[in-house]
Amino acid sequence: MDLGINVVEMVIYLVGIIAFAAGNAAYLVWVERKGAAHIQRRTGPKEVGPFGLLQPLADGAKLMSKQIIFPDGVDKPLFMLAPLLAMVPAIMIFVTIPFSETLVARDINIGLLMIFAFASVNILALLIGGWASRNKYAVISAARAVSQNVAYEIPMLVITITIVLITGSMNLREIVASQAGPFWHWNILPTNGNFLGPITFIMFFICSLAETNRAPFDLGEAESELIAGFHTEYSSMGFGLFFMGEYANIVIGAALTTILFLGGWYSPFPETIPYLGTAGAWWFLVKMYLLIWTVVLIRWTYPRVTLWSLLNLSWKILIPFSLLNLLASAGLVKFLG
Amino acid sequence: MSSQALSQNKERFELNLGPQHPATHGVLRVKLLMDGEYIVNAEPVLGYIHRMHELMGENRTWAQYLPNMGRLDYLSALSYNLGYVELVEKMAGIEVPERAEYIRVITTELNRISSHLLWFGAFVLDLGGFTPLLYAFDDREQILDLLEAVTGARLTYCYFRFGGCYNDVEDNFLSGTLAFIKRLRSRMPMYHNLVTKNVILMQRLEGVGPISAEMCRKYGATGPVLRGSGVNYDVRKNEPYSIYPEIDFDVPVYHECDSMARYNVRMDEIDQCMRIIEQAIAKIPEGPVMAEKVPKMIKPEPGDYYHTVEAARGSFGIRAVSDGKNQAYRMKLRSPTFSNLSLYQEASKGMLLADALALMGSLDLVIPEIDR
Repeated sequence: MDLGINVVEMVIYLVGIIAFAAGNAAYLVWVERKGAAHIQRRTGPKEVGPFGLLQPLADGAKLMSKQIIFPDGVDKPLFMLAPLLAMVPAIMIFVTIPFSETLVARDINIGLLMIFAFASVNILALLIGGWASRNKYAVISAARAVSQNVAYEIPMLVITITIVLITGSMNLREIVASQAGPFWHWNILPTNGNFLGPITFIMFFICSLAETNRAPFDLGEAESELIAGFHTEYSSMGFGLFFMGEYANIVIGAALTTILFLGGWYSPFPETIPYLGTAGAWWFLVKMYLLIWTVVLIRWTYPRVTLWSLLNLSWKILIPFSLLNLLASAGLVKFLG
Repeated sequence: MSSQALSQNKERFELNLGPQHPATHGVLRVKLLMDGEYIVNAEPVLGYIHRMHELMGENRTWAQYLPNMGRLDYLSALSYNLGYVELVEKMAGIEVPERAEYIRVITTELNRISSHLLWFGAFVLDLGGFTPLLYAFDDREQILDLLEAVTGARLTYCYFRFGGCYNDVEDNFLSGTLAFIKRLRSRMPMYHNLVTKNVILMQRLEGVGPISAEMCRKYGATGPVLRGSGVNYDVRKNEPYSIYPEIDFDVPVYHECDSMARYNVRMDEIDQCMRIIEQAIAKIPEGPVMAEKVPKMIKPEPGDYYHTVEAARGSFGIRAVSDGKNQAYRMKLRSPTFSNLSLYQEASKGMLLADALALMGSLDLVIPEIDR
């Protein structure tokens, strides 16, 4: 292994990934606040910088200057560990995400597996944070979050296996490469040979909403029931890290959806609009941010579901249907492809 | 559901909901005994903003007590104003000019719409939908502007006087009110499309939080809570006061007894309020807004008096005992939400925490009115 070049490359990628994750978290908050404001006919942040663009920096400075409060009886080591566990795996996941043909930190053959492995750590963070807080609301919230994530991880994995079956690879770059070409080659559309594509996509999108604890599945932090859920007792950057971790997870969810279903970095119309290029990292970002915007729209439109209907949706609808979907897709791959 | 909750396990814990909690809309405290996510017992603890309004009524003159009425239920203050001035007029035998009666009805019904709009927003907020709140506030803002022009206040009104109203309304208030009604009519379908027909909302409200007519009778619940349980009772129809008998309007009644029924009652009431206002504006006569011979110091005949009006949250009653002096001997306020909240302990047994909070939202609580 040629260490000399690799170290420089690694450092660049490391800084880039952290900057990307943190920048996204900061500016998605701005997008969310501004977007929510326009949905609700308000102005939103506007004082700090033009269009309130410096608001995330002000928020960050405020959070960092605050004292971290440890309420009586908290389990201190775990209490401090939880926010880190929420943020670090999220950053780790970015390592495997290919933004374009060449722009990827580590091109790992089992990238998909690694993403799911690290994504599962997130729920541990919520559980530890809720448990260590010694607050009943936080404990209820942690219990809810665990049952929710367990319920939705299963259909999500099954759907991912479906995609792996179709594309024949667990390498994210290869999954995207198998969708090369105009938009009718993408996994979301039935024209790609798998007529179950749209259903698979919708199920995956619902699962990713639930996995990232976003409305209408934000039971873990249902503010009208559980105040702030698992991070009720967190202040300062403890809260800040949970917050950033949440947004980083939204970015990951959207990026993964883009990779698995929307043809990653490929242009939807490579021939009709040639000057936009046939592929490129910016196509990836456009698709990803459109998905994120959909997530924001959903949050500010729908009320919250209850825990039971959330679990019913997973165990009674998504899991059986994703399994059927897997069988059908396997049949298709066997007999047609 | 309740049997399920009781049989699971014995690991119960107490959860203190409030007095500072986002779902209680004020300083209500509910002591919950929980079994996991299920509620075994919910005990409302009241009195965090008790201000002795009843006692105040006993050591102030009748006129001095009037401003207190705007501070009970600050969301539909004019109904309380109306109830009190009508009681005193009944006691002292004061005749009210007809124009004043019409103005009272128009402003009170406007106030009722604004109260229901705020409830609508806050209720959907309880269910986790943030956006409708700000749309409802947008409409409510128009009402507050209209009422501010007439009464001089935006929230804690003190507009009615014994024998009439503080001042006359102008024509641009009436035309502004009609314009507002036109605007709200065009916006109601939007509310229904966005919220009422939302699948998640229907799932959360239909069949959740049943309150039977029996339970309403047991605890004395009135208003939309009672009408959502299939009982056709509205003080404006059953014990008519002011000019309501001359106005044609319906009382929305739903028989499902669930949170959705209470939601529908209030949404339909907004439509009915608009009908009432339109008719009142069409019929309003010219003339004085204040009776001519109102004594400076009111000293009613000794006796026991009771008057009740339909406030936005139910029937608001005042009992006043006069011993012929310029102050009440005894003042008792029957606040509708106090009775409505009383049934919460029984109604919420065995419910999920989220559903119980939806039930609490559907009762439309205003804590200062409960605590008085």
